[in-house]
Amino acid sequence: MKSTVLKSTITGLILAAATGAAWADKADDTLNVAFTKELENVDSYFNSSREGVVLQRAVWDGLIYRDPVTNEYMGNLATEWEWIDDTTIEFKLREGVKFHDGSDFTADDVVFTVNYVADEANGVKTQRNVNWMKSAEKVDDFTVRIMLKENFPAAIEFLSGPVSMYPSDYYEEAGPEGMGLKPVGTGPYKVTEVVPGQHFKLEAYEGYHDSPKGKPSIKNVDIRTIPDVNTQMAELFSGSLDLIWQVPSDQAEKLAERDEFQVSNESTMRVGYLTLDAAGRSEDSPFTDVRVRKAVNYAINRQELVDALLKGKSKVVYTPCFPSQFGCDEEAAVEYEYNPEKAKELLAEAGYEDGLTIDFYAYRDREYAEAITSYLNAVGIDTNFKMLQYSALREQNMKGETAVSFQTWGSYSINDASAMVSQFFKHGSLDYAMDDETLEYLNIADSSTDEAVRKENYTKAIERITEEAYWAPMFSYNTNYVTTNEVEYTPTADEVLRFTTVSWK
Amino acid sequence: MLQFILKRLGLALLVAFTVSFISFSLLFLSGDPAAALAGETASGEDIEALRRLYGFDRPMLVQYGEWLFSALQGDFGESYYFRLPVASLIADRLSVTMTLGVCGIIFALLTAVPLGVIAAIRPNSIIDRVALFISVAGQAMPSFWFGLILIVVFAIQLGWLPPSGTETWRHFILPTIVLGYYAMPAIMRLTRAGMLDVLNSDYIRTARAKGANETRVLFRHALRNAIIPVVSLAAVQMGFMLGGSIVVESIFALHGAGYLAWESIARNDLPTVQALILIFSMFYIVFTFLADVLNAWLDPRMRSS
Repeated sequence: MKSTVLKSTITGLILAAATGAAWADKADDTLNVAFTKELENVDSYFNSSREGVVLQRAVWDGLIYRDPVTNEYMGNLATEWEWIDDTTIEFKLREGVKFHDGSDFTADDVVFTVNYVADEANGVKTQRNVNWMKSAEKVDDFTVRIMLKENFPAAIEFLSGPVSMYPSDYYEEAGPEGMGLKPVGTGPYKVTEVVPGQHFKLEAYEGYHDSPKGKPSIKNVDIRTIPDVNTQMAELFSGSLDLIWQVPSDQAEKLAERDEFQVSNESTMRVGYLTLDAAGRSEDSPFTDVRVRKAVNYAINRQELVDALLKGKSKVVYTPCFPSQFGCDEEAAVEYEYNPEKAKELLAEAGYEDGLTIDFYAYRDREYAEAITSYLNAVGIDTNFKMLQYSALREQNMKGETAVSFQTWGSYSINDASAMVSQFFKHGSLDYAMDDETLEYLNIADSSTDEAVRKENYTKAIERITEEAYWAPMFSYNTNYVTTNEVEYTPTADEVLRFTTVSWK
Repeated sequence: MLQFILKRLGLALLVAFTVSFISFSLLFLSGDPAAALAGETASGEDIEALRRLYGFDRPMLVQYGEWLFSALQGDFGESYYFRLPVASLIADRLSVTMTLGVCGIIFALLTAVPLGVIAAIRPNSIIDRVALFISVAGQAMPSFWFGLILIVVFAIQLGWLPPSGTETWRHFILPTIVLGYYAMPAIMRLTRAGMLDVLNSDYIRTARAKGANETRVLFRHALRNAIIPVVSLAAVQMGFMLGGSIVVESIFALHGAGYLAWESIARNDLPTVQALILIFSMFYIVFTFLADVLNAWLDPRMRSS
């Protein structure tokens, strides 16, 4: 819709016009931040956006905390935990914790929260985050048990991520709507104002417990939703924003050249890949032939994509999962180097000497998708490029109508391979491999409590998937954070902006 | 006259109904609301659960009937995305859009009509050339570009105005100019053409001949007639501004109804989109109607029709 040439000229103009405004935010101890997307609901169980995760980590706490750097699990609202059996975990809760509304945090809050979110009828938006839990029961005021539907080794990871504890009395009365407008948690920041989708004001919670998240250093956080990244930059230059994130790489590069800003780049867990219809779900899929799938894998110059387009800390990825995830063994994956000649040979062997034509689907990052199609075109795979809205493409994916589509997956920042590979290769509606062998490995890996068994089976699954070239994994994403010189922030690799770790210089 | 108004009103409702039905059908075909609701991180199972929860698996006509029945009672349902009543969500955003739209059209009229009149009095003069240049530039320049240029100059370089937001009246100045400028060229060209036409007519010559002063001739005799098509055009422009200020709202982070509509389409937030389409089409209908009334007041000949 908008001309990118004009847009980048604008970026240049903004940069040229900048005169170095005076930043007053440090004086009034308010960090001004921009969100790009309108957040649907502050209640973290009823949104599925990155912005929601950022607020969730600020306003609420989970029972467990995972250190984003060392990946070590530590107690947060729980002080210790123990697997009673394959489907029961017992938690000792931290005493003396109070919610923002002054009520005490006890076992009742855990029981209520778990029972509420685990009930499918309550419609938690991302069911996978909660549907492994069956229920919770109170042992005494500060001891609680969570029962699992079946064995689920990633439980600890989920409890340190998307599962936050809510105040039972308040939530029962307010529900997701009330919670979204007037959030109450135990987290390091309390919410003082919500204008749905537009404006969120946070204030450091003085009574914050001794959590591994650490006490907030900046008193106020003022978040405004500004959809246009150039406007965000203008706000940054005029001194009314201190921190912007998810800044596109070309803008970030230009900002980095200036002295008054700090640009930091960090990898995210999002992986970009092509799905290839090996199972023949779509009409006349050429990808039922493994040689054609391999040809696609050889045709793509992943390194060039990373260097020229994604930049930053993006990496070439060959695994159907993000390499930091538990079980995501990079060694196990077949690395298809860039070899267009081999791709052509394989296509010829498969009977496509004269090339073939396919519909190529994508829903985001048009420039990446177009670059990928040009690699395919170069080896004789002609593409009808189809850019769809996310929901429209997802519907077609589920119906099995897309022979090849460019997809991305962020694993909801869950550092476990089950959050990615098991989402797509267990014969669900988005599985285009429908491979029994892979399914078998994943079933064992997903349900075993033995870490070695899990690892071994994820490794086998990854070997199988990459040998058969069911996907063409390509690269990981990255994100840019830009702050003024007065702000100190070191991003983490999980794309969660943690206000507790932001400080003034 | 009353019969005329009632007939127009009935027609308006029919148009609104047709628009809503067509848009509902198109939205229904455009994508899977359950997938949109579930978001990017959802699995197939999540989406299935949502589909059942919201009843998207039922026939389209049933879903439309249900919506219409509630809408007639003033209940537009709950936004799938925000989980808040659509009526309150829209009311909040509409005030921003209305403020912007009214300011924008006033700005456009206050600049375009005088420029058009001057250009008509002195055709092919420097002023006429300048006016022509302004109108061509206004039509050629995309509003996102113009908006950002204004931000660069007035917010960053001069620091006079805030780049974005809605907190104070000063936040509305730049978006008003951008939105108004977009509507200006057409109004100006139409004023100029109308004035030229009228100024060459017999009755103006008569008015001048009988010694009426030039100001009176211009404003009492000429402009009154020349402005009639401009009123109709401004009404349509106004409707367009209220529904179509998406780009301006996005650049200046205004969070108005236009931007809400644009985003809601991408989110497949059917209740919000439906309500907004109904409201936007009502705007067009109401403004066209008001323009007719205003024209009838300006031109007695129109009253009889």
